[in-house]
This record gives sequence, structure tokens and C-alpha cells, in this order.
Amino acid sequence: MTTIEQNIDPILIAILEKVSDPEIPVLSIMDMGVVRSAVIENDIVKVQITPTYSGCPAMDVIGDDIKAALTKAGYTSEVELILTPAWTTDWITPRGRKALEDYGIAAPLGAVADKDVLLHGKRLVKCPQCGSTNTRMVSQFGSTACKAQFQCDDCQEPFDYFKCLK
Amino acid sequence: MKNENLYKYILGIADNSLILGQRLGELCGHGPSLETDIACTNLSLDLLGQVRSYYQYAAKIVGDGKTEDDIAMLRTEREYINVLLVEQPNTDFAYSMGRQFLFDVYHLLVLNELQKSKDLTLAAIATKSIKEVSYHKRFSTDWIKRLGDGTEESNKRMQAAIDDLWTYTDELFHQTEADKAMVAEGIGVDVTKLKDAYYQEVSDILQEATLTVPESKYFQKGGKQGVHTEHMGFLLAELQYMQRAYPNMEW
Repeated sequence: MTTIEQNIDPILIAILEKVSDPEIPVLSIMDMGVVRSAVIENDIVKVQITPTYSGCPAMDVIGDDIKAALTKAGYTSEVELILTPAWTTDWITPRGRKALEDYGIAAPLGAVADKDVLLHGKRLVKCPQCGSTNTRMVSQFGSTACKAQFQCDDCQEPFDYFKCLK
Repeated sequence: MKNENLYKYILGIADNSLILGQRLGELCGHGPSLETDIACTNLSLDLLGQVRSYYQYAAKIVGDGKTEDDIAMLRTEREYINVLLVEQPNTDFAYSMGRQFLFDVYHLLVLNELQKSKDLTLAAIATKSIKEVSYHKRFSTDWIKRLGDGTEESNKRMQAAIDDLWTYTDELFHQTEADKAMVAEGIGVDVTKLKDAYYQEVSDILQEATLTVPESKYFQKGGKQGVHTEHMGFLLAELQYMQRAYPNMEW
């Protein structure tokens, strides 16, 4: 899953794990699966990250945050954005999914279930607040490109659902 | 420049998304409902994100220090080679959805082929964009059906929009010399081969939406040659205002 074609020097893992998604402070970029490689070449750390959605404005910030974290650890670094292979929600780790849920964002379902929910109104998404699956989609488009707007008909709380991108 | 045909080919694709993204962005704060406002700006964001990838690649090809921003913001009207369809204004919501639908069906067909391009960067951008553009097409198709098969008024407005925008659809399947050169190299998509599938799909959905498929055979063209409708000047005035008023400004 997340280890598809990743090439990360173990020395760098601890540093990169502390860089978090700018929108979701509890979620590390490592758990999002956006870091595809991080290697040390001739004393320079070269990191490759891949964007989630094409227009995701967080990617520039993530790039800067990675450089800042590496600088703090004493490294010179370069961050490159690569488009292939294309990011998919499959690359979010189980720990990442839990971080999303704890934060109040429902983690993405698999591709088929996602379509059932977004297109056919099935009630499969678990409310991050009360755990009920008596939930419905309010809008396919939410506060950011990656999320859809949902409502729980049991506890009445609205919440974001991270859309499956596959 | 090296590979001028590739540069022009990229602009031919990316300019469509830039101008459509700009039109969608105009709806920010003005959508008919909060939900549709957010949806349209999400679509715009997706498109502009894709445009950045295309223009960054194009800037690398030019190689004279030009940036993605220069390409996006500082060309003159005749240097933009988007199709006329995407520059049509947000006359009403039916027009916005009509424009979106007529483009989304085409966009998805193109990206499906572009994924197979011999140019790996274009193939990668297409593979990524396709996931997003399928959501766009579902959104616009849904609205065509809701408005077409809605009230008497929504049907009237949706029909009027389709009737007006129909004249811009044929240009989607025109090829410039740069397009033809790229097709020959296995890099570009031969859009002439997509025409039948496009009109079949569009007609099926229009009929499902209880709308009449226009029969007019009079089609407009010129965007791909940089000859635009009267709307383009106003659009560029807004798009380019800040960069021209404050040259070299940065955040």
C-alpha cells in the first residue's frame, strides 16, 4: 500500500514524521503517503513528494515545511514535486486513517463503497462523532478539494469525509 | 525555441483549463447556493492545479527564465489559444453548467487518450487529472439533468443555454498545425477521432434531461488561432490586472 515504490532513508524518517499536514496538525505527511523518496546524495537531502489533488494549496507549504525541518536537523535539502505514480487514498496508512477519524474527518472508503456513497446515497460512512452509519452526503464538494460534506442523522453533527481518490 | 510544437500543444490544452478555471472562479461568492458556490470553486481549483503542472512543463521547454506565472498572466489576447466555448460568460447558472458539461465530456475523452502519450510528463498530468475531471463531469451532468428535467423555467433556461453554446462545440475537434505534429509523434491526442463519441454522449444526456439536441450546423471557431469572442478582452483584464498594475509583485 504505502510502501509502493517508496525510497526513504531510515535516518530521515523521524524528521519527516514530524512534518504535518498544514490543515490537519495531527496527521503526518508520512501517514498521508505524499513522501515518495528521501535520500542523501553528496550531503544534500533530496526529497520527492507527490500532490494529493492537482490544485492542493497545501503542497507548497508542505514543501517549505520539509525544508525547514531538515534545515533544523542540520541538512541542506531540495524538494521536488513528482506526478508519477499518481497519489491515491490507498497510500494513507492505518495510523493516518485513525488520525483523521480522531480529528473528526471520516477516512476514505474503498473505491466501490465510495461511489455507492457519493453517487447512490448509500449510508456507509461512519460518523466520527458518534460512530453511527446513519449518515448522508450533503455535498460532494466540501471545504477543500479532497473532502465532501456529510451530516449524521443520529447525532445531527455535520462532518467532512475524505473522498476516495483512486 | 526547441520544440515549439510541443510548447504550443501544451498551451492548447492548458489554456482551456485556465480560462474555464477563471470563469468558475468568478462564481466565488455569487453561486446560486452555498453548496454550488463551493462546488464551482472546487472545480476551478482542480483545473488551475492542472494548469500549473502544464505551464511549469511549458516553461521548462521555453527555457529562457519564463515562469508558469508569465505564461498564465502576461500573454496578449491573441497568444491565448483556448477554444471559444470556455470563455463564454456566466450569463446564468444554466449557462455556467451548460458550458461546464459541454467541456467536461470533451475533457474526459481527451485525458483518457492523453494518458497514453509518449511524452511521460503529459501522460502523468493526464493520469492525475482524470480522477478529478470525472468528478467534474458527474457534477455538470447532474445539473444538466436537474435543470433540464426540472421546472418549466429551469428547462427553458437550460435549453436556451444549450442552444447558444452549441455553436462552440465543433471547434473542440479542430487541430492546429502544432496539434497535428504532436499527434504524428505519438505525443498528442487526435481529437478528430473523439467527435462521434462526444456528440453521442452529449445527445444521450440532453435527451435524458428532456432537452432538445440543437440541429444547427453553423459553428463558431477561431479561439485556437487566438481570435477570440468579445468576452475575452474583459476576462483578461480581470485575470491580468494585478500583474500588469504591479509588475514583478510577489506575495
